[in-house]
Amino acid sequence: MYAQLVETEKAGGTPEEQAFQKRIDDGIKIEPKDWMPEGYRKTLVRQIGQHAHSEVVGQLPEGNWITRAPTLERKAILLAKVQDEAGHGLYLYCAAETLGVSRDEMTEQLLAGKSKYSSIFNYPTLSWADIGAIGWLVDGAAIMNQVQLQRCSYGPYSRAMIRICKEESFHQRQGFDILRVLCQGSDEQKEMAQDAMNRWWWPSLMMFGPSDKDSVHTAQSMRWGIKQATNDDLRQKFVDQTVPQADWLGLKVPDPELKWNEDKGGYDFGEPDWNEFFNVVKGNGPCNKERLEARRKAWDDGAWFRDGLMAHAEKKRAAKVAAE
Amino acid sequence: MMDPFVTFCLRMGDNALILAQRTGEWCGHAPALEEDIAFANMGLDLIGQTQLWLKLGGEAEGKGRSADDLAFLRTERQFTNCQLVEQPNVDFAHALMRQYLFDAWHLPMLDGLTQSSDERVRAVSAKVIKEVRYHIDRSRDLVIGLGDGTDESRARMQGALDELWPFTADLLASDEIDDDLTARGVIPDPAPVIEAFNAETAATFAAATLTVPHTGLTRTGGRNGIHTEHMGFILAEMQYLQRTYPGVSW
Amino acid sequence: MSTEWPLWEVFIRGQHGLSHRHVGSLHAPDAEMAIRNARDVYTRRNEGLSIWVVPSVEITASSPEEAGQLFEPSESKIYRHPTFFEIPKEVGAM
Repeated sequence: MYAQLVETEKAGGTPEEQAFQKRIDDGIKIEPKDWMPEGYRKTLVRQIGQHAHSEVVGQLPEGNWITRAPTLERKAILLAKVQDEAGHGLYLYCAAETLGVSRDEMTEQLLAGKSKYSSIFNYPTLSWADIGAIGWLVDGAAIMNQVQLQRCSYGPYSRAMIRICKEESFHQRQGFDILRVLCQGSDEQKEMAQDAMNRWWWPSLMMFGPSDKDSVHTAQSMRWGIKQATNDDLRQKFVDQTVPQADWLGLKVPDPELKWNEDKGGYDFGEPDWNEFFNVVKGNGPCNKERLEARRKAWDDGAWFRDGLMAHAEKKRAAKVAAE
Repeated sequence: MMDPFVTFCLRMGDNALILAQRTGEWCGHAPALEEDIAFANMGLDLIGQTQLWLKLGGEAEGKGRSADDLAFLRTERQFTNCQLVEQPNVDFAHALMRQYLFDAWHLPMLDGLTQSSDERVRAVSAKVIKEVRYHIDRSRDLVIGLGDGTDESRARMQGALDELWPFTADLLASDEIDDDLTARGVIPDPAPVIEAFNAETAATFAAATLTVPHTGLTRTGGRNGIHTEHMGFILAEMQYLQRTYPGVSW
Repeated sequence: MSTEWPLWEVFIRGQHGLSHRHVGSLHAPDAEMAIRNARDVYTRRNEGLSIWVVPSVEITASSPEEAGQLFEPSESKIYRHPTFFEIPKEVGAM
């Protein structure tokens, strides 16, 4: 759902590195067995891993509401949507695995708190309207980011993103549709929708990461073709796209500084609270503990299942060999 | 006596709904990503089956109740699912065993229903049986794999079987409502369904090195609205929004 | 114990009669489970009619260093492409 900003190394100038850079500049995809600078590989392992973790942890806040969805159809849609997130996590782990790291290793890193996931999932889902807001705002922001990642220079990541973007196109719409019905409903429902807007707007803007005007890492990632647009550009695009939709819904954007700027042909808007952002990244968000504990429990409690099936597969293989 | 046809549709729909509810609880918590996705697929099938059966029940009842009305606005005593499907997700072994036992009854039942004298029932079961054939292929293989896996996986599967087996009595039970429908050819004769269930489970548990408990203990009543204590909590959670904000659209 | 489920490459033939196409990978304890998992993971949107799974370790791939010698020689054989030949208009479709 979201690739968090990660640090990258500065490229050197050996002949190999220059040839590598030329391939990227020529728009030729880098494939698993190709030579690549260690920094490029590390950056990708980290970024794809974090992206995969985000999808899997991202199941939790919404999965929370599957048993409480208000109609059978909403229940099915939400289950299908959260299931897609698991699928996206799976595709991304596989893409990272082509770089020589196993899914189990990545999982262990997540559970040990050594690898991050998108901070947005450390916020709680408190009402049904939150499910709408996540689809519309959080997936909306994620899609903005993922669309550009389809052109990423690393082949397996790019291909996973193409598949993910194709599947994810219904996610934002289903969220908007939930809010549309609420906003046309009773006063209590409208209030529920506005409350969700108030709580999810700023965290959604933070999903693009802090301003990267002066970031050397962003510059390197862009040179390597891992990243195609800056955090600020994507954030601006998101605000410009989303504000008219909020107007249509009749929801107020909780930003007193929000104003149309004719000259730039986009909105001016306030600065997110980056202290809050870094605080959540550090692990002090409202649900950091619960999210990791849920994933740890699923992993630990599932060990007997994974081992049991593996043992059975071994027995079958041995029996087959013995029979031959 | 309640209208037999409506009761039958509700029993089928409620089974699917409550099992879907339990299945949905796993989303994001299953032991492997692949299994998480597979379980969700099963949950989606079950929600779809709920919609089909409850819609049919509502139409046959003729009081203008939709599938959603029936799912979200009935009380515990009005739900007619068997007690098996409401049993909690103690661990993944319980979830799998519950699914397998349900599938082992569901498939032969649907097989009979595809021969129903009622055209609507034939249409619904023809669609549903394809889904359920896949469900049992999957759940059977997992029961066998985990039964014949490690010591721990075997112990967990045996534990789940010991606990859940008594509830199969509820699945296989029949009453005068069933007799009436059987006589009219709407639903199959229970005997071959029970026979198929017994053959299926005997072969699978033998391959899985699991033993059916012979305590003689049976638990029944769900089909007539007598549930275990878990049921009230399931409904409280499931119906919460509809009950809190009555009469609005979602 | 905890051995990771092996990785499998998944190939799917879609609705339109084209060859099986690589769609991605997944983990599974054995081939049968790999097929089932592939069905659940990669055909959620009615994408497939047939599935192949292959253990990833069984795939032999050409080496990128050899790309030049493997593929460049065919670049000069332009006469293999129909556009190489000019067919007079009046001859008609060919």
